[in-house]
Amino acid sequence: MVALVNPASGSSDVLVIGGGLQGLSSAFQLAKAGLRVRLIEAEYCGRHASGVNAGGVRTLGRHVAEIPLALAAREQLWHRLADIIGSDGGFVPSGQLQVAENEADEIKAKARVAMLNGLGFFHEQWVDQQQVRELVPSISPHVVGGIWADRDGYALPYKVATAYRLAAEKLGVQIVEQAPVLRVDHQAGMWQASTAQGAFHAPWLVNTAGAWAADFAAQVGDPVPMVAGGLMLMVTQRVAPFVKPVLGAMGRPLSFKQFDNGTVLIGGGLRCEADASQRHAMVDLNRMPKSAQTVIDLFPHLRDVSIARAWTGIEGFMPDEIPVISPSASADNLVHAFGFSAHGFELSPMTGCIVAELVTKGTSSLPISAFRVDRFAAA
Amino acid sequence: MASKALFKYLPGHQAGAAGTVSVLVNGAVVRMSPASSLAAGLLAAGITAVRVSPVGQGARAPYCMMGVCFECMVDVNGRPNQQACLITPEDGMEVTTMQAAPSVLDAQEAKHV
Amino acid sequence: MSNPAIPLNDAPSQLRDLVVIGAGPAGMAAALAAQRRGLDVLLLDEQPQVGGQIYRSITQTDAQRERILGADYVYGKSLAEQVRASGLTHWAGASVWQIDPDKTVHVLRNDRTTRIETKSLVIATGAMERPFPVPGWTLPGVMTAGAGQILLKNAAVVPQVPVVLAGCGPLLYLLAAQYLRAGVEIRAVLDTSAGTDWRLAIRHASSLLAGWGYVRKGLGLLREIKSAGIPFFKDVGGLRIEGEDAVRQVRFTSAGHSQQIDCELVLLHQGVVPNTQVSWSLRAEHHWDDEQLCWLPVLDSWGQTSLPGIYIAGDGAGIGGALVAEMQGALAGIGVANSLGFGTSEDGAQQRAQIAQHLRIRPFLNQQYRPKDEFRIPADEVVVCRCEEVTAGAIREQVQLGCVGPNQTKSFSRCGMGPCQGRQCGLTVTEIIAKEANLPPQEVGYYRIRPPLKSLSLAQLAAGV
Repeated sequence: MVALVNPASGSSDVLVIGGGLQGLSSAFQLAKAGLRVRLIEAEYCGRHASGVNAGGVRTLGRHVAEIPLALAAREQLWHRLADIIGSDGGFVPSGQLQVAENEADEIKAKARVAMLNGLGFFHEQWVDQQQVRELVPSISPHVVGGIWADRDGYALPYKVATAYRLAAEKLGVQIVEQAPVLRVDHQAGMWQASTAQGAFHAPWLVNTAGAWAADFAAQVGDPVPMVAGGLMLMVTQRVAPFVKPVLGAMGRPLSFKQFDNGTVLIGGGLRCEADASQRHAMVDLNRMPKSAQTVIDLFPHLRDVSIARAWTGIEGFMPDEIPVISPSASADNLVHAFGFSAHGFELSPMTGCIVAELVTKGTSSLPISAFRVDRFAAA
Repeated sequence: MASKALFKYLPGHQAGAAGTVSVLVNGAVVRMSPASSLAAGLLAAGITAVRVSPVGQGARAPYCMMGVCFECMVDVNGRPNQQACLITPEDGMEVTTMQAAPSVLDAQEAKHV
Repeated sequence: MSNPAIPLNDAPSQLRDLVVIGAGPAGMAAALAAQRRGLDVLLLDEQPQVGGQIYRSITQTDAQRERILGADYVYGKSLAEQVRASGLTHWAGASVWQIDPDKTVHVLRNDRTTRIETKSLVIATGAMERPFPVPGWTLPGVMTAGAGQILLKNAAVVPQVPVVLAGCGPLLYLLAAQYLRAGVEIRAVLDTSAGTDWRLAIRHASSLLAGWGYVRKGLGLLREIKSAGIPFFKDVGGLRIEGEDAVRQVRFTSAGHSQQIDCELVLLHQGVVPNTQVSWSLRAEHHWDDEQLCWLPVLDSWGQTSLPGIYIAGDGAGIGGALVAEMQGALAGIGVANSLGFGTSEDGAQQRAQIAQHLRIRPFLNQQYRPKDEFRIPADEVVVCRCEEVTAGAIREQVQLGCVGPNQTKSFSRCGMGPCQGRQCGLTVTEIIAKEANLPPQEVGYYRIRPPLKSLSLAQLAAGV
């Protein structure tokens, strides 16, 4: 139900906790639906997972439950982002390729494509060795084929977050930064978010607090087994252009892309130590030799290229590696969207739409039952 | 990119003196002392600009001589982005200068992300 | 893949008592002091010989260079000789690329990566030239005065063309005097200090008297320069270096009058500042100092940072010069020995008193040679990030859009993302944001510094321990 304007609520209809992409796109879509939104962010918008991820706009390789959301996000939003938020966020539809390096990889890849086809999904295509060579001429000859998603690509996380932020502010969203929410309470039909800068009130609450969302979920009676962890990325110095698509590998963790400016971004499951309470994660390059080796295996000519820098951010990981996107199971007028387990970037524009639907209509037009917040409760 | 040498050796330290090594710079032999850095050897040989900025395409030269500015990056023995001011010249070392990015192609555009 | 066998002095996983990073006067003194008290010490430096920058190439210099460089430089021989005679383990050509919170040091040496475990650390990475952002400062033919000195010390190389020296501070005048002795033609000295304000100087009278030795040295240098008849321009402002792909001329004002000088080589200098790359990467506490206009690590009376077991000595702790660096190094070495229980009951009072004595001149020097605002917080058109060619104006625009810190402007503009990892732009960006956002620099903060602190190739990383 849309909250009616309640003079006692102060000036907001919805409080959104967390200024990452999930929160920013939610705030934007809620404001577009005519609601007055206040977003509360602990540091600055886009500081953590949203600002430091690899920027993959990827429908390829997803959990089946995520696929409808990912495809909708890509087709309805990513390819039209400039119309929606006034900026394309640096989106490049470079295509994504997940390489198969041996026979076992090939079998696995073909089985997956067949499975998806059986479910009515055709966005992932098997491509053979020659087709891979056409897509990426400089790749090592040992690659036997791969899975190709031609309308996938990449964008620039910080640019997207900023564009959403500016678009949201244009629609009247009030953003409060440097204000960690200490706790949330529900009293007399109003949600209260307490911060050192004061308490904020609204009839609706949206929990998009990323790696910190489980605390709030627990406070409202929706405990989830989410773990906050660190993820590392590294980028090289500039190299002459040699690859257009974003690359992954079937058999080992890899996320790999080359930007227009020639730098190469390398990531893929690089976990590191994180202290969520200190809001700090630690780069440890010693965890990266395998990633470095994977890159050299695929592109031997990169062996002497230097790493210009590495960085990290804190993300929330769910045990089944799919997010929570659902109304609260125990409290009224609250929606959760968190726990994207290191692959929320591509989904984030659509998350906002789903959150807005849940607040304004109580239902989602996309299937989200797999993402219920109470799916971990004992049967 | 021949340029007049901005620097010279003090008397008694000529490049051809005993104990110097032969370094190939863009294919040409340049004699340098192994007691001083590759960057110093290049400057004294009249090679001032050593790379092209990949951002604005302007010529760049060593600036700080102590490893902090990263302007003096050259290709050494096939390895790109080596700070010449931290490298000791060796006989037969192969140095390539004026690279914008490793194995750069003339048509490369370098834009801001 | 493990490291192929390369003969190292010790097995890589041996736990040291102390690792000293930097073999300048502070590092050498710290290593010697600790070793003499029985500690197992490893001294690391990325240069091929000891000496740091101030005593660069001291072990292979000659009479001609010693005469040019002067007694203060020659003094460094004794320290280097002590290191050699002590049998200290010294790894030359060792580049530190990461330091873990447990103090494990990761180095690249001879193309191999190695990890060193240690109970304590002394960081003695010294100082670097303060950035001097003016139009044209990235042109070939522009270098720092420090670079000029290094070329002289390290390679016996001096300018062959008339050189313009621009900036302020004792090191600039020292270089001018050294060049005179070496027969180099100095086209002009452009002094950017605001001029001797003797009323303010009187405020520092006691420090002037205490540090009279330093002051007399400085005045003596100026005399040397002026009596050589070199064109000396005071109160220089509006400095612009111009040329297409190399320096052709400089333009500036001096006491309000416009000037132009044709030249091909310009050496810039407006003081040195602590090189804080390592200390920031460790997330040690730093404090913005308005007098020195830079970040200083917060240290206790032994030089220990906010991180137990990690010390900083020398110019990296705050600019004090070579002799102070040596004394601070010794103090840190003793402090480490005390903390590890090596039976010394020294309280360090004597060293601290000597250090304080030598530092008394600093307030005067800081005020006298305070870099002008326009050369620290430049006009919009000036490139502040050399690597990524981001202008001061671009940073100001980001602040107008709501960025209040260097990490945000970094994300927006790439400023600080280049190979030098913010070393050349960090101070400038902090000050630009502070002024534009009307916030104290302390609140604006500094870049988040992450490994690798020095370049590491994919192959080197892949083969790593």
